[in-house]
Amino acid sequence: MTPVATNFFFFLLAGVTLISGILVITQRNPVHSALALILGLLAQANLYLMLYAPFVAGVQVILYAGGIMVLFLFVIMLVNLERAKKEEQFNKLWLIGTAAAAALGFLFFTVYLKGKALWQDQGTALPPETSNTQEIGRLLYGQYMFTFEIASLLLLVAIIGAVVMTKRKV
Amino acid sequence: MTDPTTYISHLELGEPDKTYLDTNELIINMGPQHPATHGVLRVILKLDGEKVLGTECVIGYLHRGVEKIAENRTYAMFNPYVDRMDYVAAVSNGLGYCETVEKLLNVEAPPRARYIRVILTELNRLASHMLWLGTHALDIGAMTPLFYTFRDREEILKIFEKYCGARLTTHAFRIGGLQYETYEGFEKDVKNFLDFVPPKIDEYEELLSTNRIWVERTVGVGKITGANCIALGVTGPVLRASGVKWDIRKAMPYSGYEQFDFDIPTCENGDTFDRYMVRMKEMRQSLRIIRQAVDGIPSGPIMAKVPKVIKPPAGEVYHSIEAPKGELGYFIVSDGSTQPYRVRVRPPSFVNLQALDLMVRGALVADVIAVIGTIDIVLGEVDR
Amino acid sequence: MLDYITSYLSSNVTPGQAGNFFWATVYVMVVFGGVSVVVMAMNWLERKALAHFQIRLGPMRVGPHGLLQPIADAIKLATKEDIIPAEADKLVFWVAPLIILCASFTVYIVVPFGPTHAITDLNIGILFMLGVSSLSVLGIVMAGWASNSHYPLMGGLRSSAQMISYEVAMGLAVISAILMTSLNSTGIGTLSMIGIVQAQQQAHVWYAFKFFPLGLIALIIFSIAMVAETNRAPFDLPEAESELTAGFHTEYSGLRWSLFMLGEYAAMGAVSSIAVTLWLGGWLRPFPNWLSGSFFDLVFSLFPAFTFLALAGFCFYGVTRMPKHPYFRLETIGLAGFGAVLGLIGLILLITPVRTRVQDIYWFLAKVAVFLYLYIWYRATFPRYRFDQLMAVGWKVLLPASLVVLMATAIVGVVI
Repeated sequence: MTPVATNFFFFLLAGVTLISGILVITQRNPVHSALALILGLLAQANLYLMLYAPFVAGVQVILYAGGIMVLFLFVIMLVNLERAKKEEQFNKLWLIGTAAAAALGFLFFTVYLKGKALWQDQGTALPPETSNTQEIGRLLYGQYMFTFEIASLLLLVAIIGAVVMTKRKV
Repeated sequence: MTDPTTYISHLELGEPDKTYLDTNELIINMGPQHPATHGVLRVILKLDGEKVLGTECVIGYLHRGVEKIAENRTYAMFNPYVDRMDYVAAVSNGLGYCETVEKLLNVEAPPRARYIRVILTELNRLASHMLWLGTHALDIGAMTPLFYTFRDREEILKIFEKYCGARLTTHAFRIGGLQYETYEGFEKDVKNFLDFVPPKIDEYEELLSTNRIWVERTVGVGKITGANCIALGVTGPVLRASGVKWDIRKAMPYSGYEQFDFDIPTCENGDTFDRYMVRMKEMRQSLRIIRQAVDGIPSGPIMAKVPKVIKPPAGEVYHSIEAPKGELGYFIVSDGSTQPYRVRVRPPSFVNLQALDLMVRGALVADVIAVIGTIDIVLGEVDR
Repeated sequence: MLDYITSYLSSNVTPGQAGNFFWATVYVMVVFGGVSVVVMAMNWLERKALAHFQIRLGPMRVGPHGLLQPIADAIKLATKEDIIPAEADKLVFWVAPLIILCASFTVYIVVPFGPTHAITDLNIGILFMLGVSSLSVLGIVMAGWASNSHYPLMGGLRSSAQMISYEVAMGLAVISAILMTSLNSTGIGTLSMIGIVQAQQQAHVWYAFKFFPLGLIALIIFSIAMVAETNRAPFDLPEAESELTAGFHTEYSGLRWSLFMLGEYAAMGAVSSIAVTLWLGGWLRPFPNWLSGSFFDLVFSLFPAFTFLALAGFCFYGVTRMPKHPYFRLETIGLAGFGAVLGLIGLILLITPVRTRVQDIYWFLAKVAVFLYLYIWYRATFPRYRFDQLMAVGWKVLLPASLVVLMATAIVGVVI
């Protein structure tokens, strides 16, 4: 598949992701935050597509945007929202908060500059697109089979635990 | 289901429920205007999530003061009013009233009139059950049987129209017998109808009885025991579906029913599916009665010797018949004048509606609608 | 510029794979227009078919035999007053139908109408379809919430709970079909829609009949799950009128409500397309093995023309039965004109070059049409499931069944 207008799409998607991230934390209404998060996740899925990882993109849409965000929305809608709306957006510690965020950002930036030398451009060609699904499948069910099974067992335990906790004595 | 000793009266419904903790109780109003309440019935539901904790029926939206009107009309003038109560099965209403006044007057309709009355009443029972089936299926979600049953009900209404000029509020009977002789071709029409209808009833059963979704929606829904039915005074197919074999046509026969050979269908469980089966079987038994009646209509007069001005002696009488919905009773008090002193109607739907609360305790909201349909109420009768 | 346009015509890949913006846009517009036409036709067909099931006639007045009824409905809905509840969240209220609409229509990007007749062929095609159609759950939840009223909220939550429950069974059934694509010589399967149909072509059997009855059971499971997924009868309790909670689209009026209906019909078409592609051989003509040879190829290639000519025949039969009254003159002329147009299309489809190109699209659309008719048939026949029974069917019946089918398919595929 020939890439088309890579720069334009990359900056568009990155911009959408950033803006939606900012909207998530600044919106007063939790439902609006959740919607902005969905937008950001969808943009991120498209970024995965641009990296020739279509399977990851598809799974991101199915699980994150279609599953986890639905769960978020369920919880937000069933919880009392009025109190959340009346709370103050910013409290008096905003100065210290900004300073801490700036320090953290400076730390990240320094790490990136100093550590860039560690990750040399390996110059790997991007793998052909058709192999993303197969590669993930081979890794997941071959090399990391044990990890995969443990992770699914964890999820099963979580499901059963949730059902047991919320089941009412009928 | 709870037994009558823990019955919560409607007055207590407004208080917070003391038996549950931390539950979110909701009081929902199924308003008088609702596609599924078969008229203007208001049901206030107290819900816990989806489960029904209690109900309260608010009736009276169709109250027209029929019993009061009776005190200001002569006996014959009141006859048309009676049809308007259970407007779906108007012929039965007329039969009950005429027989009660005849009992007051101590006359009996001649045999020919009795046979024709039986034919028309059983045809009416069929029509009422067909309408019930169509609307009940529609409430549960099956849209198609409604149109089929209404189409076949048309044939019955055509016979009524040819006989007395009206399809629904027929005013077919008079005190002492009938006014109109049967029209030319009445027996032929009824016999054609008897050949036409049994495959249709088979078709309704085929659509619904073995349908898995229908079975799941109706089996075990709205159960009521025979003892509770008797305690509440519930009669009709609801009672028979709970196992009690009581039909006034067999227990206290009237209008010549003792001459006909028919069965009383009953079922054991008392849930919605059983009430459906009982009514389907009743339809077939009605066909049997009509077949016997139409084959042997005796000749003779159609009106007994009844004075022109009906002035029954002072006294009171109660007479009941088996209407399609249950025991329809009339209690008439006469003070010797041309107008009754008091006419009290015992409508089957009104008494059966009391069972609604017991039937839907612990069921889900969607079942309330199924149960209202299965009790087969007509608001004209409930409110009068 | 012109080379850009004509260079695609000689390639034999989809426009998306060729990277040709112009043709991709053309295909998108054609598919979008086609889906809209199908939605309007479904609207008419549903009312007519339901009516005929119920011994009545359905719309007869607006245009001959009600053929213009969808247009009248569209005009009515577009000119209705747009009511927004007072306390409703305006942004979410406005966005919810758009999400459902966009999700339902975006799915058509990968639907394969033929080996090169698709907008694009993502190599995660089926994953994309399942994922994007699950985004419509978000729209329903938002629609229920934005109405700021108790009943739509409960209806929306119930509806979305039903949809996500049946997505599991759908997904497992889909996996068992994808498994069968890997039973070729290289042992590598494919998720791409066109690849799945080509795998069926190479295996010389439609997956519905492969490893009989496993493929058929998977198809049946998917058919039931897809009816529940699109909130249609007999699983339409959340939006039925005679129940208490009137559904998530209660507070929507006019054009916004029509967007919901548009999205619902488009979703029906999309999941039917999935079923047809995965199990019924997509664009392949029926009986490629039993009735093979050039004679049968010719016979089957005449089917599109026959269909249109038969429809034209029905129109002309209807013309002969129209009442002979001056009021009906316009309608009779209209019906005759419609029949003439259909007949003309039928005759054009007899021409050989057109015939060969239309084959794939026709068979695909015919199979999808069968599924859409089944939807209407279910609605006319079955009563409604109660909500807890609905969830019980989804979790306790369909999910174990699809798991068993999946494991059986895997075992049989390895053994055989």
